[in-house]
Amino acid sequence: MALEFEQPILELEARIRELREYAEEKDVDLSDEIGLLQQKLERLQKETFANLSRWQRVQLARAPGRPTTLDIVENVFEDFIELHGDRAFADDPAVVAGLARFRGSSVVVVGHQKGKTTKENIHRNFGMPHPEGYRKAMRMMDLADRFGFPFVSLIDTPGAYPGVSAEERGQAWVIAQSIQRMGRLKVPAVAVILGEGGSGGALAIGVGNRVLIMENAWYSVISPESCAAILWRDAAQAEAAAEALKLTAHDLRELGVVDRIVPEPGGGAHRHPERAMQALAEALAEELEALEPLGPEELVEDRYRRFRRMGAVRIE
Amino acid sequence: MALDRLFRRRRTRGGGRDVPELWLKCPACEAQIYKKDLEANLMVCPECGHHFRLGVEERVRLLLDEGTFEVTTGRVQPEDPLRFEDTEPYRERLARYREKTGRPDAIYGGTGAVEGVPTLLLAMDYAFAGGSMGSVVGEEIARGAEQAAAEGRALVIVAASGGARMQEAALSLMQMAKTTMALDRLWERRLPYVSILTDPTTGGVTASFAALADVILAEPGALIGFAGPRVIKQTIRQDLPEGFQRSEFLLQHGMLDQVVPRERLRSTLAQVLRLLHPEGAKTRGA
Ligand SMILES: [Zn+2]
Repeated sequence: MALEFEQPILELEARIRELREYAEEKDVDLSDEIGLLQQKLERLQKETFANLSRWQRVQLARAPGRPTTLDIVENVFEDFIELHGDRAFADDPAVVAGLARFRGSSVVVVGHQKGKTTKENIHRNFGMPHPEGYRKAMRMMDLADRFGFPFVSLIDTPGAYPGVSAEERGQAWVIAQSIQRMGRLKVPAVAVILGEGGSGGALAIGVGNRVLIMENAWYSVISPESCAAILWRDAAQAEAAAEALKLTAHDLRELGVVDRIVPEPGGGAHRHPERAMQALAEALAEELEALEPLGPEELVEDRYRRFRRMGAVRIE
Repeated sequence: MALDRLFRRRRTRGGGRDVPELWLKCPACEAQIYKKDLEANLMVCPECGHHFRLGVEERVRLLLDEGTFEVTTGRVQPEDPLRFEDTEPYRERLARYREKTGRPDAIYGGTGAVEGVPTLLLAMDYAFAGGSMGSVVGEEIARGAEQAAAEGRALVIVAASGGARMQEAALSLMQMAKTTMALDRLWERRLPYVSILTDPTTGGVTASFAALADVILAEPGALIGFAGPRVIKQTIRQDLPEGFQRSEFLLQHGMLDQVVPRERLRSTLAQVLRLLHPEGAKTRGA
């Protein structure tokens, strides 16, 4: 399934593939033609991705095929073991958590998990956690503190689940608690926004000493669709809302909400997930290394200072 | 004043004389209430006990000892970092709310005492942009927590908010982390923080500082939750259960310490602070 603005790129790619197959089959030399088309493809890709609208980025952030938490724990980390359950009510499949090794050291990893198929998405509740998911995340924060392991969180959720059961079991309460618990971590914490960073459900595991974002991810207080429905009273105005919300990686870097943008390969992370994960691994290694010299209290203080300065006000 | 919009109804009395804005109708029991009676009864319906919204200045008067209040909010002014514009530019919205409430943003409060216990009280103003939390509200709360910690005061926050302010987008979201983390200054000094939830308290406000108090009180019948009822209804495509997301429902589900009618709010708050504040017993009655 391709996004609308990807169509011309995909068509060109298909033509190059056909030509290659034809050349091989008939044993003729078409390398000049193919070379030209390759150049054209690269140019087109560059142009398309240099001029993406914010709404197009939102679509990229949601594109199936982007690296998910489960992809990352398998490919970026080693020796991953998944740990289940909140020890109170249930296991939430919208949140994946566990222990792993990263560049030789143990780490604790927590991330939202969307499905790759409709069936899996239903099982994962489209990456929208119930309170149990955040309780599981907090368990992992306890574990990280107890053993002194760095804490890595991977954010990809449209938002925490807005349902009756979630409300009954204290959705707001666990999100608040998770923000607080993560703020108190005495170990280095790095949060990465992989795809969608939907509101409090994202921030609950987003209180890192460093907050990274994939180049085509978004992060905001509300989704463009919901924002449009409320402010424009028309969900079809999502494109305008996406523009107004300034929710892209570059916007957020400018606002000071994120510290670092992880570049995605040409065409987006969903087309080249391995290369995207490679770039993420490198960024993660650098950030964790930079935090290494900080002691437990310094890490808490560093995190407080980081979030304390957020916002835009004028003092009279 | 926030009360203005309550007085939509006109009532004709004796000889067909039109008496505007002196009477209003209770949305719960439909009784016609004389405005002065309602005010004298702390904006609680004398017939059925329905709690009308209380203005922030009245809230401060209700909770703090007479003559002790010194305002601390008001110096922090809003900006428009995103130059946000939907059907109306954010700057114009801000100007309109400032005009309406006489304050720069959706929070008001300061220092004072609650039956002698030194306190910093902040009240969110629903009349200003639905009490939404943007950078100013977040900054005032962080400053309030830091000041309370530095001066040995209890912190009391009266929540009334539709959630985070959309027009400040990601920066509003960040206020949830900022306010939450600022509360730890009180934790370190063993100073109490009491949260009072009023109608309505939803979204990013519930999911940050409002849910993290040592003691959480709520006014009767207040709408309290994470997602708004409309969003939930759209998601589950079913009608919501009776009393869903009301104070009494939350008490039943273990999210609150007590539901307290407004007439007992001050005395209940005082009791909690007296018991929690390190100097509570000593300063009592001082
Ligand atoms: Zn009534």
